[in-house]
Amino acid sequence: MVEIVAERFTYAVILVLMMVGLYAVIATGNLVKRMVGLSIFQTSVFLLYIATAKVFGGGPAIFDYDDLTYGTIPEDAIYANPLPHVLILTAIVVGVATLAMGLALVVRIREVYGTIEDDELSEIDHDDELKKGV
Amino acid sequence: MEPQVLPAALAAHAPALLVMIPLIMSAPAAMIKNGRVAWAIAVLSVLASLVLAAEIFLATRADGAIISYAMGGWEPPFGIEYRIDALNAALLLLLGSTGFLALMFAGPSVADEIARGKRSLFYSAFLICFAGLSGVASTGDAFNLFVFLEISSIATYAIIAMGWRNDRQALTASFNYLVMGTIGATFFVIGVGFIYMTTGTLNMADQAQAIAAMNGNRAVEVGFAFILVGIGLKAALFPLHQWLPNAYAYAPNFVTTFLATTATKVAFYVIIRYSYDVFSVHTGFVSNAMIWVITPLAIAGMLVASTQALFQNNVRRLFAYSSVAQVGYMMLGLGMATSLGLAAGMLHLINHAMMKGALFMALGAFALSYGIRRIEDFKGLGQAMPVTSAAFTVGALSLVGVPFTVGFISKFYLIQAALDAGWWWAVAAILISSVIAVFYVYRILVAIWVTPQGETDKGAPRRVPLAIAVPLGVLALANLVFGVYADPIVSIARAAADAAVYGGVTP
Repeated sequence: MVEIVAERFTYAVILVLMMVGLYAVIATGNLVKRMVGLSIFQTSVFLLYIATAKVFGGGPAIFDYDDLTYGTIPEDAIYANPLPHVLILTAIVVGVATLAMGLALVVRIREVYGTIEDDELSEIDHDDELKKGV
Repeated sequence: MEPQVLPAALAAHAPALLVMIPLIMSAPAAMIKNGRVAWAIAVLSVLASLVLAAEIFLATRADGAIISYAMGGWEPPFGIEYRIDALNAALLLLLGSTGFLALMFAGPSVADEIARGKRSLFYSAFLICFAGLSGVASTGDAFNLFVFLEISSIATYAIIAMGWRNDRQALTASFNYLVMGTIGATFFVIGVGFIYMTTGTLNMADQAQAIAAMNGNRAVEVGFAFILVGIGLKAALFPLHQWLPNAYAYAPNFVTTFLATTATKVAFYVIIRYSYDVFSVHTGFVSNAMIWVITPLAIAGMLVASTQALFQNNVRRLFAYSSVAQVGYMMLGLGMATSLGLAAGMLHLINHAMMKGALFMALGAFALSYGIRRIEDFKGLGQAMPVTSAAFTVGALSLVGVPFTVGFISKFYLIQAALDAGWWWAVAAILISSVIAVFYVYRILVAIWVTPQGETDKGAPRRVPLAIAVPLGVLALANLVFGVYADPIVSIARAAADAAVYGGVTP
């Protein structure tokens, strides 16, 4: 049992992070905390990708210049897969954009409603609707 | 690809330009202070995109024709490939044409709803959203698809929130959409990650081959489940539709018109691509998902969302719930997992864009003239704005599925496909949902037409500008013309379905 977890320790950490993030999004009524949860959730997925790029005993995928020019790269050379890192760089940018957009909305909501608590917001929205008769 | 109408040099790069032109032009649109100039930039870029989409559409009309474009000259499967067949060509054409019509309508509508200093930024965000949707529809690379999905989504959150000057609920609606949309997109990345881990490639055609060779693999199946849930959120598949009603009800009128005709459709396309092409719909896992997940949810959505629409007083929210129900019809066609069913789903996708486009544009015209959105306020509109009301009525009847409108055609084909599959209970669900639609449409139409003269004095309306009247008229006429002369749309839908079922990205 211990071995099974130990072998997959990275994945266990990722899974815990993922659930912490999702739980925070669902359980909290504070919009900023909800964004924090969302970021944790996204970050856990970044880790999932990065974890798969690791090859046991492999180094960074940087080739020796001479080996590259003369085609003498040793056949048993082991390199980590660089592609997931590149993908996650893009995904991080997307995550930052989402976070910025979300926080900008929270700021505007605070200005217009005077609160960032979800239950108070839905109460105000409900009152608004009753006033307008919709 | 063989050049059709455009010069060869332009046609060769059409798949890339289609996405790049709106994306790049969003920058100058943001920098210009004058909203009218920004609008002109947006119209020109979307028009260019539409022309390129038409060119691509013509090039993919031949049986099994696939356009493969290596982005930056990097050959697939290592580089990013843009891969377009009859399925996404139809979607691109729909995107371009509805985007163009909606933009014509945007001129007066946005001038009415968005603050003067924000208009150019608004059009810039719209262009980014449009580029993102076109990118999703044309790319053949799974991760590229995710990036474009998020580009369009983030821009969508921004333009929905810009409705806050009319109603502050736009802000909370946009925030809820952001949270749910991001969870959906992240689920999609997890799914892509699982498939990448097992197949070692991100190119969808390459993945399809690898998955077919694998003959059943748990990790890949988990990946499919994640993708289905993630994209189902974006497509507003019941019960993942909670973000949609408020987002559509409080966004600026133009945004609702554009999103209702395109955004959920593009997500629907991604589901088709994954379930029919990357995965095979004939493998046990996917066909089980179709029968036991997609179909029941589709039917539940048709019935529950239609019923919820009955109880709405805000007309735009009413039609938003109806949109969720219409997504159910499309999903039902998809769930049948036959060429006929998918063709009916695609047909309804195109037709639904026409009817909801007409409906939301007419609602925009009403809002512009009287600033109204409740059903009670619609009393007497038939006398005050007869032509706009007539166009609205055409759209509404089409939604119900009255003969000689496109709504009838798509329901006819859907029922035919259901009978062909032996799904009589699906036919019953379609009929029940249509009857519910009669009731909610009836409430509005009665308010518009049957109120006795003099009971409500509306005062003289603001004249409906030509920029609204023309696209509204075009869409209302399209509802009637293609309702009688349905062949062109039906053949497009059939070709799209055949491309997905018999070929598509799989070589």
